[in-house]
Amino acid sequence: MPVSDSPQPLVSDRKGLAPGLSGIWGTALATVLILLMLGLLLWIVAVNAFGWFWPVPVWQVEERNGTVHIGAEVGREAIPGPDGAEPFYRLQFKVGNRDLDGRDFVWIDEAEIRSKGRPGDLVRIVRSEYGDAFGRIAGATSSDGGAVEVGEPDVLAEFLAAGKNARAERARLETRLSDARRPLTNLEEALDLLERSANAKTASGQERVVALSAEVEKLAIELRPTLDEIQGGLDALAGDLAAAHLKLVAGDARFEVPLSNVIEVSWPNRMGFAGKLAAAVRHGVLFLVTEPREANTEGGIAPALFGTVLLVLLMSVAVVPLGVITAVYMTEYARHGFLLRLANQAVNNLAGVPSIVFGMFGLAFFIYGVGGSIDRAFFADRLPTPTFGTGGLLWASLTLALLTVPVVVVATREGLLAVPRSWREGSLALGATRWQTLRRIIIPAAMPGILTGLILAVSRAAGEVAPLMLTGAVKLAPSLPVDGSAPFLHLQRKFMHLGFHIYDVSMQSPNVEAAKPMAFATTLVLLLLVVLMNLGAIVIRRRLRRAYRGQSV
Amino acid sequence: MSQSEDFALASHDLDFYYGEVQALKKINLEIPQHRITALIGPSGCGKSTFLRCFNRMNDMIEGVRVEGRVLVEDEDIYAPGVNLELLRKRVGMVFQKSNPFPMSIRENVNYGPRMGGVRGRDRLDEIVERSLKQADLWVEVKDRLDGSALDLSGGQQQRLCIARTLANQPGILLLDEPASALDPISTAKIEETLLQLKENYTILIVTHNLQQAARVADHTAFFMLGELVEFSDTTTMFTNPNEKITEEYITGRFG
Repeated sequence: MPVSDSPQPLVSDRKGLAPGLSGIWGTALATVLILLMLGLLLWIVAVNAFGWFWPVPVWQVEERNGTVHIGAEVGREAIPGPDGAEPFYRLQFKVGNRDLDGRDFVWIDEAEIRSKGRPGDLVRIVRSEYGDAFGRIAGATSSDGGAVEVGEPDVLAEFLAAGKNARAERARLETRLSDARRPLTNLEEALDLLERSANAKTASGQERVVALSAEVEKLAIELRPTLDEIQGGLDALAGDLAAAHLKLVAGDARFEVPLSNVIEVSWPNRMGFAGKLAAAVRHGVLFLVTEPREANTEGGIAPALFGTVLLVLLMSVAVVPLGVITAVYMTEYARHGFLLRLANQAVNNLAGVPSIVFGMFGLAFFIYGVGGSIDRAFFADRLPTPTFGTGGLLWASLTLALLTVPVVVVATREGLLAVPRSWREGSLALGATRWQTLRRIIIPAAMPGILTGLILAVSRAAGEVAPLMLTGAVKLAPSLPVDGSAPFLHLQRKFMHLGFHIYDVSMQSPNVEAAKPMAFATTLVLLLLVVLMNLGAIVIRRRLRRAYRGQSV
Repeated sequence: MSQSEDFALASHDLDFYYGEVQALKKINLEIPQHRITALIGPSGCGKSTFLRCFNRMNDMIEGVRVEGRVLVEDEDIYAPGVNLELLRKRVGMVFQKSNPFPMSIRENVNYGPRMGGVRGRDRLDEIVERSLKQADLWVEVKDRLDGSALDLSGGQQQRLCIARTLANQPGILLLDEPASALDPISTAKIEETLLQLKENYTILIVTHNLQQAARVADHTAFFMLGELVEFSDTTTMFTNPNEKITEEYITGRFG
């Protein structure tokens, strides 16, 4: 074999990196960087969220001027000294007791602190009004006005347990009252509508108003004994709960907390690790299942969580048929050519339209256009109060469906194109029609692709906030979109949403400092929710893929 | 070529174009009933295209054009108003690469009848059993009818595809190199099946395997560059071909 004139040796004694290795390291570095950022993001959110659930010690701090503060330490920051002198530090404490002087937090210079300790008898009381209370329990009065021996742990525990039971009973009675009254409320609403309607002035309309009024009166008389009984029980309970109270001392301040406001009393300084863990878990669960209080700065996020899940479900119900049908037409039926390419480009570009633009479209088209027409056609009685002509769950989910439809179309098209040609031919050669082939062979085989589209759509929709602000997400919804009165699912209602809640809590809150940990906790819940929904779809997709193993789908 | 037999399939002056490219040129051929006819020829000679004319599977490709007449049992299948589903039920087709659907064996076999509107578990099961027996697969799969068809071996999959086609009771069977991806034992089984089927079926088979054509076919057609070069009974074709080029192909001098 002839060898070239200057043969390059196969074995070289070149030192240093192998050729191309630096490039590999570069790409690896970029990947590591992205993973680090992702980890950091999760870490910050998780630490802030879990830190809020975890019970922190309650400190008693005495300043040099004799002032005593009781509260939880939440921050420490450096203040630069004058002209390059040593900086000094100050500490931030959450002292609660907002009913006393209207502030939740105090800053104390470290240099001014004479003593700092955490005695075991300091309590933190979670209240349904005015936020947390910190202090010592100095005494208590029972509902009949007698003093309670708070020095005896058993007596105090019994007193608090009685209060807890009374609050639970109050909640039960309130539900019973509204349930018992519902038929009457419904009838009254119907009467109200009838009276305001246009044909109330006609003779037959008058007749019906009179008949309905009589019916309302009859029902009211019928229900009165039951309602009075429940109301009586409620009043008595409320009186008891308001009369019974804890006497608290915090520094110089002495104040009372009625038992009706007490949600939880805890002695964080006395808790062991197990106790703290149990408390953290309890706080976490309560956060998920209770309603917000105090302008969203306290309490839980149940309505927002519920609203988000429902919104995404409705969005999925709307987007899957729309996207799949579009993709099927474009892939299976449309003629190849300029128009199809144009449609393809349009779909791709739709995915890049800013979401607020979709919000504006939803507002203009769905709410003012479609909703307004529905109101004029079916709810004319209630105008000018809009029913569907205002933001609501239905319009928000349809807007999100439009926003995410390109993702579903693209993923479905890819799924359809990946179905082996031999299956189509096989089905057609057996005398199946194109429609049968599509329904029995192609769509089932493209299901993993469709689900991929749905996963991406859900991920995008669950985190979207801007369009929702224009189409029906609110800071505080008076009622859930699902309840016990027909038709059970109220698509026209406004709703709460985790993403909007985060914005509201962190930017629009009357008490930003107190709401900060809540914003992180809500963020964590939103993240987990998206992950959970994705996992669900991924599990289904894996099952489907297993059914097609052996074929390159 | 001019035997006094019935013809199941025929083409008259058939021209076939893929866009501007002419794939078949003036093909005149009559396929006798209840016989096995083999189509041979080098790659790209148009034999598969010709085969696919008889159940109009070429319709799926954009830009194809057909001129001339294609007859199936004396009916012009390119005439307007032809019921494609019915045509494809009468003219069944088995592909080169086995293509069982991702379903159970049972669902694969009764797919055609189900799509054609046959209902009732008993009737469908009857069809499944009969078809699998005809395709010589029944004994191997009768205990796992509800297992996935994709778990079968390559040869079994191809016989399943034959059974699936037979479930429609087609009368005419088109096979596009059905054994080209199979081992000799599976190939032999399929050939045996074909020989049994020819009593009731007209079979048209495209093959690259000249020995296979010699073994199973009653008649053989030799295609070259889109033209039908020669058509005669197989013995004549392989012992005493009319055309020199046929002889060169058969003796392996090219192709």
